Amino acid sequence: MNISSLTIGEAQKQLRAKKISAMELMEGCLERIGRVDGTLNAVVHKNFERALEEAKSIDAKGVFDTPLKGVPYLSKDVFSEKGVATTACSNILRNPEYVSPFDSTTTARLKAAGAISIGKTNTDEFTMGASTETSCFGVTKNPWDTTRVAGGSSGGSAAAVSADECLFALGTDTGGSIRQPAAYCSVVGVRPTYGRTSRYGVLSMASSLDTIGPMTKTVEDAALVLEAIAGHDPMDGTTSLKPVEPYSQRLSKSMKGVTVGVPKEYVIDGMDQGILSNLEEAKKVLVSLGATLKEISLPHTKYALATYYVLCPSEVSSNMARYDGIRFGKRGGKSDLKSHYESVRGEGFGSEVKRRIMIGTYALSSGYFDAYYLKAQKVRTLIRKDFEDAFQSVDVIISPVTPTPAFQIGAHNNDPVAMYLEDAFMDGAVMAGVPALSVPAGFSMKGLPIGLQFMGPQWGEGAILSAAYAYEQATKWYEKKPSI
Amino acid sequence: MTTLTRDQILHIAKLARLTLTDEEIEKMPKELSSILSYVDMLGEVNTDGVEPTAQVTGIETRLREDTVTQSDASSAELLACSPLPITEHQITTPHAHG
Repeated sequence: MNISSLTIGEAQKQLRAKKISAMELMEGCLERIGRVDGTLNAVVHKNFERALEEAKSIDAKGVFDTPLKGVPYLSKDVFSEKGVATTACSNILRNPEYVSPFDSTTTARLKAAGAISIGKTNTDEFTMGASTETSCFGVTKNPWDTTRVAGGSSGGSAAAVSADECLFALGTDTGGSIRQPAAYCSVVGVRPTYGRTSRYGVLSMASSLDTIGPMTKTVEDAALVLEAIAGHDPMDGTTSLKPVEPYSQRLSKSMKGVTVGVPKEYVIDGMDQGILSNLEEAKKVLVSLGATLKEISLPHTKYALATYYVLCPSEVSSNMARYDGIRFGKRGGKSDLKSHYESVRGEGFGSEVKRRIMIGTYALSSGYFDAYYLKAQKVRTLIRKDFEDAFQSVDVIISPVTPTPAFQIGAHNNDPVAMYLEDAFMDGAVMAGVPALSVPAGFSMKGLPIGLQFMGPQWGEGAILSAAYAYEQATKWYEKKPSI
Repeated sequence: MTTLTRDQILHIAKLARLTLTDEEIEKMPKELSSILSYVDMLGEVNTDGVEPTAQVTGIETRLREDTVTQSDASSAELLACSPLPITEHQITTPHAHG
């Protein structure tokens, strides 16, 4: 067994007992990256020298007093880290390469907790996509079947955790970008409540929807990472002052007294049979753990994706305005400002980013705002209310994460709407601002990973982590590893 | 069903300060129309009297004293990120007036 396949919990025990050193753990991850990443293409920027120095210094002190001390991790290529390239996998930040002059709050908190950054992972360009196929560095392959995508946009992070290239990774979830790749690669991925984690120093896509979360091998690990990164940040005015719960200490193997809602709208035509039968199995497992099931309705579910594809591109068109080749990014070479903007952006952005800027610019242009953006914000209120009503009578809600398992690379190349439909079961939680996670839930007939989604009320991270933990401990799907 | 013409595409690209490739100009009317037609379903929803959601958790703006608190990057480090020439601590941009 490779040392890098340890969970955070196991690694910490062994580090404390001096059975392994932080250096051995680091070298194990770097060796694993060297062995598999040529095939997977999950890691796009390497920070190895600094990582080895930090491991050495942590060993020299020999104090392992926090759960993440000496633990190697990778972050998605949208997290600013001082002195490390941050390119959002876009040509607009690639040449000259943008090197962040400051740390994101999340990576700064992880550093303070003793975790060691080893580099950046692949993502769809500026996180816009569901497959990493829009990355300027090329697609990340799924460790379970390298002819298939690892999902996206946090596909590099999911593949890296699944293939044991690191102990955990960071992702961002705007419309499903943590949960979908987590499901495709059989890892745990948590989208927290909007405002539970700070967005400071993370390249924005859609500011009213963006969240930061952990991608890990187990639910306990996700709880440990979330505890370290969550909480109020004066640099992000949308973060909550509510105290962060000790999630990892409140995980329970029993679901006695827990009512689980099963929304009838989360079964649609064309779904994979394996996903449907796994959902039925999962329900039985939850009942055997003491949970009570209740069929519920979230009536506006079918509008969540359409709402997303108005709000997201609108906010994209605004956020992407900063990439104008002035303060950072690509060189222009034009002598007048307007041509400079047009050429830098025209050459720097890829097609999906351009599509979203175009949709957003149209939706926000004079005469269309009420019909698109304002209308979508009103529908968002109705979706949010669906969830508020449901959580009056249930503690958590379960559903599949995606309608189908990981698709073949290139399958959706000429059909943006088909690609968007991958997110259909994840955008309800996005619109409602509630926490949701994906936990490994078995395999399809073709042997591809399947995820189970747990959703909770706003600030209910503790409830979904505990329910997912009970399910995980009863099923142990996380023990199965890809053969790469 | 909402459709966008080639001329509309070129106009939106101008508003967005984007140069499109010939291939993109060719594909965008169809792609954007298919996305807009998909989101047209929002028209079915009765939103009379419904307030829009801009901040989903209800957190309101918190004010603070207007003091300089950030010290994590120096102005020299920030200027060094620019691809353009720096003159007297300022970025020299292309001319705005053609």
